[in-house]
This record gives sequence, C-alpha cells and structure tokens, in this order.
Amino acid sequence: MKRFAELIKKLDSTNKTNVKVDALASYFKEAEDPDKVWTIAILSHRRPPRPVNTTLLRSWASELSNIPLWLFEESYHIVGDLAETIALVVPSSEQHTEKSLTQFLQEILALKKKEEPEKKEYLQDNLRELNYYERFVFTKLITGGFRIGVSQKLMTRALSKATQIDEDILAYKLMGNWDPNTISFHDLVIAERAQDYLSKPYPFYLAYAVENEVSELGNVQDWSVEHKWDGIRAQLIIRDGHLFVWSRGEELVTDKYPEFHQFIDQIPNGTVIDGEILPFPNGRIGSFNDLQTRIGRKTVSKALLTKTPVVLRAYDLLEWNGKDIRQQSYDQRREILETLYKEYTTNYSNTDNLTFQLSEKMYFDSWASVEKERAKSREKHSEGLMLKRKDSPYQVGRKKGDWWKWKVDPLTIDAVLTYAMRGHGRRSNLFTDYTFALWDQEQKELVTFAKAYSGLTDAEFRQVDAWIKKNTVERFGPVRSVTPELVFEIAFEGIALSKRHKSGIATRFPRILRWRQDKKIEEANSLEDLKAMIPSKE
Amino acid sequence: MKTPLLIFNENGIYCEAADVYIDPWRKVDKAIITHGHADHNRWGHKQYITHHDNVPIIKHRLGNISVSGIAYGESFMINNVKFSLHPAGHIIGSSQVRVEHQGEVWVFTGDYKIEDDGISTPFEPVQCHTFITECTFGLPAFRWVPQKEVFSDINSWWASNQSEGKTSVLFGYTLGKAQRLLKHLDTSIGKIYTHGAVENMTNVIRPMADLPETTLITAAVSKEELKGNIVVAPPSAHGSTWIRKMVPYETASASGWMTFRGARRRRAIDKGFVLSDHCDWQGLLDAVKATGAQKIISTHGYTDIFSRYLRELGYDARTERTQYEGELNELETKKESEVDG
Repeated sequence: MKRFAELIKKLDSTNKTNVKVDALASYFKEAEDPDKVWTIAILSHRRPPRPVNTTLLRSWASELSNIPLWLFEESYHIVGDLAETIALVVPSSEQHTEKSLTQFLQEILALKKKEEPEKKEYLQDNLRELNYYERFVFTKLITGGFRIGVSQKLMTRALSKATQIDEDILAYKLMGNWDPNTISFHDLVIAERAQDYLSKPYPFYLAYAVENEVSELGNVQDWSVEHKWDGIRAQLIIRDGHLFVWSRGEELVTDKYPEFHQFIDQIPNGTVIDGEILPFPNGRIGSFNDLQTRIGRKTVSKALLTKTPVVLRAYDLLEWNGKDIRQQSYDQRREILETLYKEYTTNYSNTDNLTFQLSEKMYFDSWASVEKERAKSREKHSEGLMLKRKDSPYQVGRKKGDWWKWKVDPLTIDAVLTYAMRGHGRRSNLFTDYTFALWDQEQKELVTFAKAYSGLTDAEFRQVDAWIKKNTVERFGPVRSVTPELVFEIAFEGIALSKRHKSGIATRFPRILRWRQDKKIEEANSLEDLKAMIPSKE
Repeated sequence: MKTPLLIFNENGIYCEAADVYIDPWRKVDKAIITHGHADHNRWGHKQYITHHDNVPIIKHRLGNISVSGIAYGESFMINNVKFSLHPAGHIIGSSQVRVEHQGEVWVFTGDYKIEDDGISTPFEPVQCHTFITECTFGLPAFRWVPQKEVFSDINSWWASNQSEGKTSVLFGYTLGKAQRLLKHLDTSIGKIYTHGAVENMTNVIRPMADLPETTLITAAVSKEELKGNIVVAPPSAHGSTWIRKMVPYETASASGWMTFRGARRRRAIDKGFVLSDHCDWQGLLDAVKATGAQKIISTHGYTDIFSRYLRELGYDARTERTQYEGELNELETKKESEVDG
C-alpha cells in the first residue's frame, strides 16, 4: 500500500505526461505481481464493488473527526471530493501501514458481505491508522475511481515501457473480462498469444479545423467533401474470423457494440475500416445524447439495443485483403470501399437501415456550392463538413494540409447567470458550474434554460468566482443563487423541444462563448427568441 | 439600544465614538491600518495610523501619505476612546486593534496567524468582550503542519531540482510570504534570486528583519547562472514570458490553498507547499477561546460556516460583510498578489 500510495501521490502531483509514465513504469518494475495486477485493474475501471454507501461513510467520517455532520458536509462541498475531504478532516496519523495493496483490496472485497457495525469498525480503524495520502487512497479504493489524469491508455503506455511489450498488444490483453483477484501478472500481461496481434489497429488520421477562407484551399475540384458525423470515430478490424472495434481514444470497445458482430460473416477477412459509430433509433440518426446511453456501459442490455441501436457509417478503408493500403490515394481507397459496400448490400432490397452504411462523398464545382451544402448540416444531423484532398494518403495523427474539418457555426443566445456551483477536480473550490436563464414572455421572470461549465479563461473564471462570492443571495448546499446581473453569450450545437426541461427546450453542448460585460440583464434574450431557433420541421 | 462600539458601514469598520475607521475600503479622514496588504491598506485616506514597522511598507505602496507609527501595546486616545495595537503575527508590522470605551473592549484581528514565523512579531491573544476575527481558512479541512517541516520539504525540493540541473521557481506573494520564504531557505544549497516586485519589497523590509542575500534577476543574469539556484517570485509571474529565462525549471507555490489538490492542478504548478499566514481551523478556535470573548464576529473567509459552529459551541456569533478578500484566494494570480494565505 505504501508504494501504491506513493505512486498515486506522484501521479497526482504532476501535470506532465512523461513524469506520470515514468512513475508508473518504475512502479510496474518494482511492485509485487499481485499489486501490479490490482493497479492495472484500478486504472482500467475494474475497482471492487463499493462495500459501503457514501452516506454511511460520511457519517462515520464525521464521527471519527469529532465534528457535526453538517460541518463535514459543508467541507465536502468546498473540497469537492469525498476521499480528499475524509483525508483532510480525519485527525492525522504519523503511522504507515505495512499491509499490501492486494491485502487491502481483499479486505474491501470481503467487507461487502459484512454487517454494518463490522464495516464501521473496519473503516474507522483503518482511517485512524493511515497517514494523509494513504487515507486518501484507501477511501478512493472504497468510493470509486481515481481521477488523477491517468487514462487507461497512459497506464498501458507505462506498462509497455516497463515490460517492453508493444502497447497495442497490451491494450488487447487487458481488454475483456478478467478477475484481478484470480489472474496472475504473468497470465494477464506477459504470456504470448498469437491472436494478440490480430487486433492491432492503425493510428487514426485526424483533421484540423479550417482556419481561413476555404477558397484558400485551392481548386475545389481537388477536394472530396463529406458530412462530419457527430458520433464516435472508430476503426473496425476484421481479421481471421475476429472482429475488433477501436475508438479514437485507442480503446478497444468491441464488446460495447454487439451489432457489429455480424460483420464477421459479411465482410472479408483482412479488412480495416475507418468510420463513425452513430446512434440510429427508429431508422434515423439520433442525437449524441442517445449514444451516450451506450458509451458508459460495459455490457449492453437487449432493451437498450432495441431502443438505441448503432450503425457504422464508413468513410475510409485502411487495409484490404490483409494489405496496408494507406499509401494509396483517398479516391482509390474510397473506390475499394464502395465496391465492398456494394457487395455487402446485394443481399438487401432496402439499404436505408443497414448496420453498415457509407458516408456519402460529394464533389462540387465551386466553393460557394460547398458552402451551401454546409448550411444543410443541421438538417442532415451533421456537425458540418469534412474536406479531404482526393489524392491524399492516410496519414498518422493530426496533420495539416490534406484533411480539414469545417464545422457549422454554433447557435448563440444572451442569457443571465442565476445560479452557481463549485466545480470538481481541478476546479473544486471555484464557482465554475453555472446555470443560465432567459426572460419569460412578459420579461418579468427569468426561466432557467441551460447549464454550462466551460468557455471562460481561467482568469475570467476567477473573476466571476470572486463576483459570485460577493453577490450570493441564497445558499442551497453547494449551490448559490446570485443577484441577476451578469450576461453571457451561450453557444450550443443543437436545439429541440423537450418535456424534461422547465423551459421546454433542450440545447446540445451549451457552453459559454463570452462574457458580455457590455450588456445589462434587460438586454438578455427571451425564451421566445430561443424557441424561434428550433428548425421548423420539428 | 446603545450603538455598538464598532459598526460595519459602507466605508469600513467604524468607531462612531472616536470617529475613526479601521481598514476602511473607501476614502475616509482617519484610518487605523492593521497591515500592508492591499485589501486592508487602501489609498486616499487623509490620515493613517499603524504599527511603526508597517510605516515604510505602506509608504512604499501608497507614496507620500500622512502616517503616524505606533508601538505594540502603546495606547492612544481619540475622543475618549482608547486604542492600542497588538501583534497579529500575519506579516511584519501586522496588528490587531484593541478598542476600549466605557469599560467595553473590542478587538479586530485584521489577518493573523498563531504560529511564530520567525520574522513577524508573534501573535498575542488580547482579552476582550467582542472579538472580530477573520476566518479565511475557517474549515476543518485546513490543518497546518509546523513550518519547520514545510521548510524542510521546500529545501529538499530545491536540492532535488538542483541535482537534476533545474532551476527552482517558488511563488509567494510579494509582501510577507516572500520574506518568510527567504528567511528559511537553506542558502547552503545555492543562491537566491528574486523577481523585481519581491526584491523591491524585500529591500523595504531588510532594515527590520535579518534576511539572506538575494540577487535581482536582470537582463545581465544568464540562464546558466540561474541553474540549480532558487528564484522567489510573485504568483503572477507564473505563465509570464519572464519565467522563460529559468528553463529548465520546476515550479512550486507556498500557500494555505495548496491544501486542495485541485488548487495546485488548476494553476498548473508542479508542487504545492501548504504554508499560510492565516490561522488554520484549530488555530481560529484556539484564538477565539484565548480572548475570553462571548461575542464573536467573523468578517471574511468561510464566515457562515465558522459562525454556525461557534454558535453550536455556545458563543454569540455572527457574520459581517466586508470587502476584505481572504476568500478570494484566486486574486493572488492577479496583479497584486497578496490576498492569499
């Protein structure tokens, strides 16, 4: 535990990726094998089930700290993290524990089945004996994930550095269901299996946003245009009768999308497709919110599969007949992709609802007509356009020149700040989570319409935070109502009627565009103004 | 009902009987100033009264003002009201203000800390009936460790950066924290360099405190020369072009707010040392108890929480709004970087 707590402390006290990787890599070289397995499990969201609910935990911690519960709760609101609050508030101990990480986790696993008094005794005894950082880590093990800026990817990179095993191979080995309590480090990480190499993806080619006038990109005839779909970028690999789905975060997500399993029989082996996973309820593209119900799940229920099925909209082909074709031109790769698609569709009379779809490629004879197409993005449920040079190879990572994204401008409205809440993590103790309101019909009352957490600079957040602290009207736990005085321009990507919102309107990805220090609240927009933005066909 | 001895009005803390303000935030005729930080010591009053160690500090900040210096414990009368200043231990020249009139005694703390920092005159509790206290860190989550331990951490951080060929850049606000850091840095490790704002203020304080030698970073100072040494700078220097000269460097901030993991990460600082010039939770409770006061007024910080807890302990406690900025810790990265702890 001592070594693990030291590791977490090191990871937590740097913002530099390389330092994190080095700290993890040396941990993976030095720690005991069972502890390594548990560390991998914890950093890949495989923590043990929570043995105690947080209400009990809070009440036991306040008792141990000898402060009233309300004071503990207030501290929690301000600190913004339960484990950190407990670590700070519980009286300090100079002791270190000699128990290993694995021993702690086994105890925590066993704790779940115990009676409440036993749980309480176990927790209080341990909290009393651990030092500050161990207490923080111990409570984190009980309450949930470590948000310390270590992704599964970063952890995998460090493990690769420590073991000299290829990163992508490791990512594959670590996927799926394995039990940290029973598997050995050797079986999980070291043992060689031929099939590990089957899943290896290609690095994604990523586009930059168009910076200047599109006409500066040269002759429109050199460019192929597609809509930019608002889903999850993914790479589909079919090799040797196996399917692998990688997300752009280079995370293996095959199990999350069982719809694609059928491709094993429909698409020839030795094929790698680049495309977008899109939600497709009722035979049409759904909203990103629909997709979000799928992203978080490790296993997907039948009901969810029926309610929110997904499709793959393909736009590029990276491997064909087992050969890497990334150096061929975009046009050539598309041609093979389209042939593949045609063969796939021969068995179907209606191709509209198929799980494998083609992202339509368009050619234009002027930039003006490209711009006209871009204006149709909202009705086509896209975020804008992708511009790809017809003769471009498939490059590695984010490169300028051949691929550009040209998003539609967001919708905007001026709204009044009415409530504020402290942020979490990096922003705990700062009021950074805001609620915004618009005027009702008579311009008498302000009606809440959206929450936004991003868009201001750190300096602006500090300024608004200071203003909020001086202009609080009422406090409701972590939330404060403030004097309606500040106006912000709020941008959002989409808008639809909604029964779940008080305002009757839901906005997609609202964020703060800028602080309108030039505007008074009387000049803010109304709900009517917002409603007028809803596309008429809805 | 009799007017309270001290009231909070739109200008500041006011003693009607004496017609004098303490730490006013608007221009007034006569002001008693607890210490030199910008939220307590504002420009434009006709007459300033403060501890004599604070006189050169506020003159340095405010220019040519009319100011009289007083010693700790020395009492002075204004319209039959008896005033005296007592050490607050916050920074050099910082005072609590004791006000006595017709047998009633009030004390206003300004900003204060209990621990002896080795540079300010240590805090002394003053018996009173009504105690007006700041509570910047009035939350049980704040618990300081003795400064000896903190400085041992700071010095080992410096030594470890040095062994990696890096320059250490340590942030602390210009008046108070910077000199406290200078005083306790281990000069056997290397040389101490300063940012201009820190150097200027330190020169003002040198006649009153024994401080180690510092070198101002000017254009003449080379990057090579800085390597392995330590630089003391105001937080506002973080992220400025000025700091590029220190590459490769490690940054650290010394402040009470470094208690929170988020505070350090938000500022993208490599290391945070928890070192404050205010009281921690227990310090505040001890200070309140030591005054023997029954009535407690909290002015800035987590006031509502602290007052509620005091009421549960049986005190007659309430909160008054002021414009002191203890809670507005984030201002420390703005131009005047001294509102922190």
